[in-house]
Amino acid sequence: MKRPIDPNPPAHQPPRWAQQFLRWYCRPELLEDLQGDLNEYFERNLLTKGAAKARWIYSLDVLKFARSYTLRPPNPTPYFLQNIMIGSYLKTSGRSLVRNKLFSVINIIGLSIGLSVGLLVIALIHDLLSYDRFHQKRDRIYRITTTQQSSQGAPEQLASTSAKLGTICQQQVAGIDDVVLLRRGTTGDVQVGQTRLPLNSLWANGSFFNIFTFPLSEGNEATALTEPNSIVLTQKAAHKLFGDVDALNQTVRMDSTDFRVTGVMKDIPFFSHLQFEALTSYITLTRNPAINQALGTWKNVSDTYVYLLLPATGDVRKLQVSLDKISESENARLKQTRITTHLQPLMSIFLGQDLHNEIGHSVPSSVLWVIIGLAMAAILSACFNYTNLSIARSLRRSREVGVRKVLGAVRGQVVLQFVVEAVLIALLALVVSVGLFLGLRTAFLALGPSFAVLDLSPVVIISFMVLAILVGVLSGLLPAVSLARINPLQVLKNAPALSLFRHVNLRKALIFLQYTFSLCFIVSTVIIYTQYDFFISKQLGFTTEHIVNIPLQGNPGDRVKKEIAQLPEVNGISQSQMVTGLGTSLGTYVKYVDPQDSTFANINGIDEQYVPLHGYQLVAGRNVLSKPGSDNSGEILVNQQLLKRFNLGTGNLQQVLGTRLTADGETYQIVGVLKDFHYGSLYQKIEPTLFRYAPQDATYLNVRLQTTDWPATFARLQATWHSLDRVHPLIANLYQDEIQQVYQPLSIMSKVIGSLAFLTIFIASLGLFGMVVFTAETRLKEVSVRKVLGASEFSLVYLLSKGFLGLLLSAAALALPLTYWLFDQIILSQIAYHAPISVFDLVGCLVFFMGLALLIIGSRTIGVARSNPAQVLKAE
Amino acid sequence: MKGTNLGEFEELVLLTIAALINDAYSVAVCDELKKHTGRDAKLGVVHAVLNRLEEKGLVQSSLGEATSTRGGKRKRFYVINNTGKAALLNAKEIRDGLWNIIPDFVINPSL
Repeated sequence: MKRPIDPNPPAHQPPRWAQQFLRWYCRPELLEDLQGDLNEYFERNLLTKGAAKARWIYSLDVLKFARSYTLRPPNPTPYFLQNIMIGSYLKTSGRSLVRNKLFSVINIIGLSIGLSVGLLVIALIHDLLSYDRFHQKRDRIYRITTTQQSSQGAPEQLASTSAKLGTICQQQVAGIDDVVLLRRGTTGDVQVGQTRLPLNSLWANGSFFNIFTFPLSEGNEATALTEPNSIVLTQKAAHKLFGDVDALNQTVRMDSTDFRVTGVMKDIPFFSHLQFEALTSYITLTRNPAINQALGTWKNVSDTYVYLLLPATGDVRKLQVSLDKISESENARLKQTRITTHLQPLMSIFLGQDLHNEIGHSVPSSVLWVIIGLAMAAILSACFNYTNLSIARSLRRSREVGVRKVLGAVRGQVVLQFVVEAVLIALLALVVSVGLFLGLRTAFLALGPSFAVLDLSPVVIISFMVLAILVGVLSGLLPAVSLARINPLQVLKNAPALSLFRHVNLRKALIFLQYTFSLCFIVSTVIIYTQYDFFISKQLGFTTEHIVNIPLQGNPGDRVKKEIAQLPEVNGISQSQMVTGLGTSLGTYVKYVDPQDSTFANINGIDEQYVPLHGYQLVAGRNVLSKPGSDNSGEILVNQQLLKRFNLGTGNLQQVLGTRLTADGETYQIVGVLKDFHYGSLYQKIEPTLFRYAPQDATYLNVRLQTTDWPATFARLQATWHSLDRVHPLIANLYQDEIQQVYQPLSIMSKVIGSLAFLTIFIASLGLFGMVVFTAETRLKEVSVRKVLGASEFSLVYLLSKGFLGLLLSAAALALPLTYWLFDQIILSQIAYHAPISVFDLVGCLVFFMGLALLIIGSRTIGVARSNPAQVLKAE
Repeated sequence: MKGTNLGEFEELVLLTIAALINDAYSVAVCDELKKHTGRDAKLGVVHAVLNRLEEKGLVQSSLGEATSTRGGKRKRFYVINNTGKAALLNAKEIRDGLWNIIPDFVINPSL
C-alpha cells in the first residue's frame, strides 16, 4: 500500500488528490493495475500534450474509473476504528506525558484554565436556555411587544403593550386561540385579619391558566380568575398569609377591597420569566370606571402585557398583518406618536431582545454572545498553547513516528494517535478544570446575577465532556497532521529533519493571537474600570454626601419626617417623589403657550427643603416656598434645558420667572431656574426637567446625617421607623451606595473581563514560557559556539529574545488601536457622559505586559546565555 | 444471455488479446484496437471489458514484473484460455454460417 520512496521524483506528478482519491475508492486487488495504466497514459500525455493537460486527463480518468466493479465495498466499521491501537496510543501518550513533565504541566494547566471558563459559560447557557421550558404550550405562546415612536427622539421598544389591543385581540382577531392580559399589581399590602404583608401581585384574566402551565394545587383553573375580586395565591404566599390554615375561599383585603382566594397554585419555578406571589382577576379592574377608561386608551402602552396562544397551525405572519392593521387604524387618531406592535415568541422573551419595561427578568441575547465570544477567546488561547508546544516538540517525537511508519502505520493512524493524546490531556485537564469551575462559580454567583444557579445537571456534564473532547481534537489536530507528514526515511537517516520547522510561521501567528487577545482584555478592563470610577465620582450637579434615602412605603411623609427629624444625628431632611441620578425617571408632557407644542420633561415632586439639602444651584429666582394650605402646588423650578426647549430666557433669565407652564392639565408658575444637573443616569443626556412643590406626593425621605457611628445611627433610625410602621422593614440606603448600584453592571463587567484578562495572560504566559524553554534548549549549542567565538552575554540574550519581543510588539500594535477604536467609536459613543480614554492607561497596560513578557523570556534566556560553553560542547 | 454470448466490443477485445499472445495488457489492448479498428478505445471501457471477460472465464490474468515505467506499478497480462477460444470460434462459426446463406447480390449489388 505504501508508495515506494523515489529518491529522484520526476518533475511532473499526477495530481495528488486524484491519486489519493483513486487509492481511497478502488478495490485493493485492482488498484495496482489501474494506477499503472493511468501512470502510463500520464507519461505518454506528458510528452505529447504537456503537463497541465496530462494532469487534467489523469484527474478525469480517475473519476471515470469509478465504476461498480472498481469500487471498494463499504466497510461496516468506520475507517478510524479499523486499525485503532488504543492501548498502544494510551501507553505512549502516558509515557510522553511523564517524560516531559514541564510541558505536560504547562499544557494541562493552560487547558484546564481555558476549559473552566468554557464550563462556566456552558452552565450559564444551560441556565439561560432553561427559562420558560416548563410551559407545555410554549411553542404556541407569543407576547405582543410595542415600538413607540414619538415625533422627536429615538423609538422606544417596550415589552408591554396597550390593554386596548389585548381586548381587540380577544374579540375580533382571527387566528388566536386565547389571550391573557397581565398588568402589574399595586405595590400595596395585603391584609388578613390583623396581619399585613407586602405581596407582589399581577392582574390576570381567566385565560391565564389555559395559556401558561402553572398548575393549581387547589381551586378550579377554569374559573379561578373569571369573577371580580378573586385572588390566586402561590403556596408560599398562602403559607405566609394563612399559615397552615387552608387558604381557599378565605378573604384578603387589598387597598380597601376584599378579595376571595379562589385558588392556590404551586410555587413558580425558578426558571420562569414571570415571577409573582399572587394573581388577581383582571375583571376587577374593568369594573372600576376610571381604570377601565385608561385601559381603553390606545396610547397607554406601559402597563399591560398581552400574551397570545396561537392554534397549533397558527400563522404568525398573518397575525402580524392583522396587528399592523389595528395599529394603523388606531394610530390615525394619534397626533405625535406612532405605535407599532410585534409578536415575540415565549421562548425568546427571557433571552432575546433588549426591551424596556420588562415584566420580569430578561437577558439580552447580545450579552450571551459577548460572553460566548470572551470564553471562546480564552479557550482558543489555551488550545493555541497546546498546538504550539506540541508542534515545537514534534522534533522529539519524529523518531517515534518514523519507527511507527516503518512498522506499517498509515498516516491516518499517526494522526489518530496524536489526536487521542491531545484528547487524553484535555480530559485530564477537564478533571482539574471542574475543580476550578466550582471556584469560579462561587465567584461568579457572588457578582450577583439573580437569574442563574449554574447547577451541574447531566446535560451540563455531558456538554463538559464534549467540550473537552472538542478542545482536545482542535488543539491536537494541527500537530498530529504535521507529525503524520514525516518522511520516515529522512528522520531515521539523519537526526533533526529541518522540514519540521516549517510551521514556525504558524506558531508565531498563534502566539501573536494569544497576546492580542490578552492585551485586548486587559485594556478593556482598564477602560471599563476607569468609566465606572468616573461615573461614581462624577459631580452630578447636586451633593449626595451623608444623605440617606428612605422609601416611605406608603406611610404619610409628614409624620415620618417629623419623627425622624428629632434624631440628634439628623441635620437636614426633605421629601421627594423620586431619587434623581439613579436612571429612574418620572415624566410628563409640558406645554408653554402653544397648546400643540408639548415636550417631554422629567419631573420630581419636592418640598421646600429638598433643593438646599442637595445643594442644587439656582441660576435665577428662588426656591419653592412652603405654603401650608391647599393652593401650594403651583410653584415649579425648571432646569436650563427646559428653558432652551421653549426658547425662554434667552436674554435675561429674570424674565422667565413667573412664566406659566401647563402639565397634566394643571398650571404651574416658574419661580426659579436650576443649573443643569444629572436627573437620570450618566448614560442619558440631560433633558428638560422640572421640580414641582408637592410634598403630598412624596415617596422618599432624604435624610442628611451627621454621624461617625453609622451602625448606631441606623439602629436609631430603625427604632424610630419601627415605632411608626410595624409591617415594613426600614429601607435606608446611602445615596452614594445607590449611585454605585446603578453602575454595578459596569463594575461586574470590569471584574469579569478582568478575570478573563488574568486567565488569558496566565495561559499566554505559560505558552510563552514553554516556547522560550524550548527555543533555549534547542539553541543551546549555537549559543555556546557563539560564546566561544566571543559573543557577549547581552547580545546572546538579545539574540534569543528578539523574535519573541517582535511578536509581542506587533500584537500590541494590533490590540491597542483596535481596543481603543472599539471603545471610542462604538461603546463609549453610546454613553452620553463618559470619561475619555487615557493614553496613559494604554501605555501603562503595554508596559506591564512587556515587563511580564521580559521577565518570562529573561528567566530562561539569561540562564542559557550564562551557561558554560565548555560543558555544553564537551558532550559532542 | 451473459456468459454464453459475446458482445461486439467484447469479441474485439478478446480477439486482440488472442492476437497479442503474451503481451496483452490494458494499454496494449487499447493501442492495438485503435490501430486496427480506428476507434478511439477508452481505457476505462477496455478495462471494464477485460474485467468482464475474466469474470466470464474467457481469459486468465496474472501480474507481470515491476518496471521502471508506470510509476513502478506492475502490468496485468491477459491470456485467452480454451473457453475463450471456443467462444471466439463459436462466434466466427455463427457469422460464417450467416454469411454463407446470404446471396451475393444482397451484399454486393455491383456483382
